[in-house]
Amino acid sequence: MSIAWYLAVSAIVFALGALGVMTRRNPLVVLLCLELMLNGGNLALIAFSRMWGNGDGQILAIVVMTVAACEVCIGLGMIVAIYRRRLPIDVDELRELQG
Amino acid sequence: MSAVLFFIAAIGVITGAVGVVVLRNPFFAVLALVVHLISLAVLFLLLRAEFVAAVQVVVYAGAVMVLYVFVVAYVGGEGETIGERLRRGSSTSGMRLGGAVFGGALLVELLIALLGTGLEATSGYGAGYVPGPQAFGTPAYIGNLLLTRFLLAFELASFLLLVGAIGGVVLARRRVGIDELSGREPIAPLHLLRPRGTGTTAEAVGSGGLHDGGSRYGS
Repeated sequence: MSIAWYLAVSAIVFALGALGVMTRRNPLVVLLCLELMLNGGNLALIAFSRMWGNGDGQILAIVVMTVAACEVCIGLGMIVAIYRRRLPIDVDELRELQG
Repeated sequence: MSAVLFFIAAIGVITGAVGVVVLRNPFFAVLALVVHLISLAVLFLLLRAEFVAAVQVVVYAGAVMVLYVFVVAYVGGEGETIGERLRRGSSTSGMRLGGAVFGGALLVELLIALLGTGLEATSGYGAGYVPGPQAFGTPAYIGNLLLTRFLLAFELASFLLLVGAIGGVVLARRRVGIDELSGREPIAPLHLLRPRGTGTTAEAVGSGGLHDGGSRYGS
């Protein structure tokens, strides 16, 4: 398959992830949709890496995976802390930072 | 053969992504993401990124998803009920529509940018590939790049991972509330070392001072 097919799949996955981030209210699912967006980016990076026959895109994809792991670590820690304080697990009702 | 495999994997990728966005129960959303990640690893293999595909399956679909499953089980992963959605009113459905419009617009824009590009190379099959032990995408190739050209990025990513792990522990640890502490008096090391009957003038007149617990030691 030509590279454009992979790029189309990556665009669809990225747009679906953005849609989920905008519409879902459970912060766990919002984190999952962020993973989807990062994976769409990863697929595009690896497709371009294959297109040029150059390994830089694969290294960048591995770094993106590392960043995603950190994001999961911090995000899940925050969700557990929110749950311990008996606050609602809902991004619409968590409005303490609104002042 | 590779075209058939591509379409099977692409259908898995997109179905998993739709499942993550649509499914109500967060536990099923996590399972849909596992399907998505494994299909994505097949696409990576088709693009000759063997090492990245292996990392994807082992680290992402293995470790990270187990973390998600644990947190879903701890927090209680029930989705919102229909009654809650109705009570919430119409403002959220407007937001939902706005989100859908935003996602659709983003998709159209990305497809225009990617498929309408002037790069002729995107319609090709990629650069030439020579199989071998040091070939493109093998662990030896990636390790060589990581430890020579991208050493700084490698070290920075590992440092970021360390900071993320410490931050996660600090955020999720069990805090001792102020109410539990006030029952008993904290013991300061200076109180243990100081001989009986000594103290400062401030403590003698009862105005506190550095060691507020000084009155315990008598006159």
